[in-house]
Amino acid sequence: MTTLTLSRALNEGLRKALENDPKVLIMGEDVGKLGGVFRVTDGLMKDFGENRVIDTPLAESGIVGTAIGLALRGYRPVCEIQFDGFVYPAVDQIVSQLAKMRYRSLGNVALPVVIRIPCGGGIGAVEHHSESPEVLFTHTAGLRVVACADAADAFTMIQQSVSCDDPVIFFEPKRRYWDKGEVDTAAGVADALPLDRARVALEGADVTLLCYGPLVRTCLESAIAAREDGRSVEVVDLRSLSPLDTEVITASVRKTGRCVVAHEAPVYAGLGAEIAARVTEQCFYCLEAPVLRVGGFHTPYPPSRLEEHYLPDLDRILDAVDRTFGY
Amino acid sequence: MTVESGGATTAALQDHASQAPGTPGTPGEAGGLVQLLTPEGERTDHPGYPLDLPAADIRGLYRDMLLVRRIDTEAISLQRQGELGIWASLLGQEAAQIGSARALAAHDMVFPTYREHGVAWCRGIDPAKLLELYRGVSHGGWAPEEHKFGLYTIVIGSQTLHATGYAMGIQRDGAVGGDGAEAAIVYFGDGATSQGDVNESFVWASVFNAPVVFFCQNNQWAISEPLERQSRIPLYQRARGFGFPGLRVDGNDVLACYAVTKKAMQAAREGQGPTFIEAFTYRMGAHTTTDDPTRYRLASELEMWKLKDPIERVRAYLVRTGQAGPEFFAEVDAEADQLGSRVREACRTMSDPPPLAIFDNVYTEPDAIVAAEREQFAAYLDSFVDGEGEGR
Ligand SMILES: Cc1ncc(C[n+]2csc(CCOP(=O)(O)OP(=O)(O)O)c2C)c(N)n1
Ligand SMILES: [Mg+2]
Repeated sequence: MTTLTLSRALNEGLRKALENDPKVLIMGEDVGKLGGVFRVTDGLMKDFGENRVIDTPLAESGIVGTAIGLALRGYRPVCEIQFDGFVYPAVDQIVSQLAKMRYRSLGNVALPVVIRIPCGGGIGAVEHHSESPEVLFTHTAGLRVVACADAADAFTMIQQSVSCDDPVIFFEPKRRYWDKGEVDTAAGVADALPLDRARVALEGADVTLLCYGPLVRTCLESAIAAREDGRSVEVVDLRSLSPLDTEVITASVRKTGRCVVAHEAPVYAGLGAEIAARVTEQCFYCLEAPVLRVGGFHTPYPPSRLEEHYLPDLDRILDAVDRTFGY
Repeated sequence: MTVESGGATTAALQDHASQAPGTPGTPGEAGGLVQLLTPEGERTDHPGYPLDLPAADIRGLYRDMLLVRRIDTEAISLQRQGELGIWASLLGQEAAQIGSARALAAHDMVFPTYREHGVAWCRGIDPAKLLELYRGVSHGGWAPEEHKFGLYTIVIGSQTLHATGYAMGIQRDGAVGGDGAEAAIVYFGDGATSQGDVNESFVWASVFNAPVVFFCQNNQWAISEPLERQSRIPLYQRARGFGFPGLRVDGNDVLACYAVTKKAMQAAREGQGPTFIEAFTYRMGAHTTTDDPTRYRLASELEMWKLKDPIERVRAYLVRTGQAGPEFFAEVDAEADQLGSRVREACRTMSDPPPLAIFDNVYTEPDAIVAAEREQFAAYLDSFVDGEGEGR
């Protein structure tokens, strides 16, 4: 076991992927010499060369579009989008091309492209640097959408994503890049929890708290705080946002009878809505309260001096947990 | 507190345009770099850009550049002290920005990136508004039409299409040619030239002959990526392929930037369509305060560009030609000191917006969902308030 920051764990995972398969490429803005603005690709160009670690021209549609071409030619590109708010110029390539090529070719084409996107707020950034656009992609069939929450998962999930034959949108919780965790860098990924499975991060009995990415840590802290009120909160890290691991979700809710979904993205038409509907459909007779959601508002991401109010924090999550006991 | 800006001093410069005939940009294209003031401060002539500015105006350009450099220096230290979240420095690009912005007419419309602090200054934007954005108090918040200065645009290249569309509106309003004709100018970087939006804006501007000037500050870097990663030909040469003239100007020469912009804007207003201006300059600082340029570029490059400093050459010229003496420079320095302390004060006394401001201005009329969320959040905040809670 080694102690690594989440950013370093991704770096180690990418390094493994580059070592294990000569077809793996890294591409994006500033990923080479600079090592990415969050240093996730630090040192990779130096060690694997400019043919495999590519500083691209400044154009996101170009990054994803050429990654598709490279994939058609047998490569496995891992694209970096510098910040969440800059993925939109690439949305046409992602939604109309990347997601649909397998379907359109009747299965004759696989596009093993990974698109890494640092997401979420909490770092005091200027606009377009704090968004959570995951539902654009979960709403698009043909894409796998995952979010890592800690260093250990970052290390394995990035490798699993690279070896996945479907396109993967890989969300990285940017305010957690510097969080440290224990990582077994010697372990292979074969025995690891599969990419599309959720994980019970903390067992509990009274209420299920579903979360992913940056809010996993916040939810774990909330669960610990809730113990003071005598409440036992089960925290489930979804990990895969599409497909959703409904098995783990419903098993937990059937056990606890209560469910709260937390995400940074706006609540309105967010992933929580989909989860609430599914939980209601599948666990109706076990529910003691309606499924509640905590998340961002139906507003643009505010200036950073207001983000502490926009982002669900421990208090807002506990408030929702409390409310599920009021029914 | 607000800090007054430099908007008012624009007028003096309006009457001294070089209005040389001919296709805008052609001389520059043929003759390489348009330069009117060498790095040593020697005045040179260019046949396409005769310019005869009175001493007071040249002193005005010097003053503008010095003052915006001071705003920049203050902002960098405010960021270091934790007062700003981030800052994108304009160091080295003062001439490109002041020269081009002072060449505009009051009714021309400007579309900036996030680094156009010098242009903002010339359009009368209070520097405190820029600090608000970089402090995280607002997303800009000024009224574009009031200052004829669009919102700062962080998504690379988007504003080039906005400028082009705005220019198409000018055409449709019949405001091309004749008295009171208008044009738009859009600022963007060398990195931006790779974006689809920027290339699309070239196509639009060209086929509709829109009154828009593309002002590209080629500062040689897009964060860590050198120009060679965006283009194998000089950027200004791209314009020709799109069907309009392009030229390269010494972006550290405020007189040349003034002259070429004046002429290109005039051509646009007269119905001659777009011009691409590549202002060849250098980003002397880090990309932003969070960047570490030692990771990707050599210190010697910066040293070389320091010799081409945009402010020093004007100073040398003013001194050599006797157009300004020690009192003038002392006066401007004192003014910069005052401005610096006003900027610091404005930043330190800036208050955060109330939490419920999050919900304002999402739609024209309050939307039911937003209104409900606002109400719920207000009640939630109230649950904490017992006298000493923060205002909402
Ligand atoms: C669409 C988009 N992609 C990526 C970024 C991140 N980013 C911010 S500035 C920058 C480089 C811009 O370079 P250039 O256009 O030369 O302008 P400069 O910063 O040098 O003024 C990048 C990649 C962004 N803001 N927008
Ligand atoms: Mg640049």
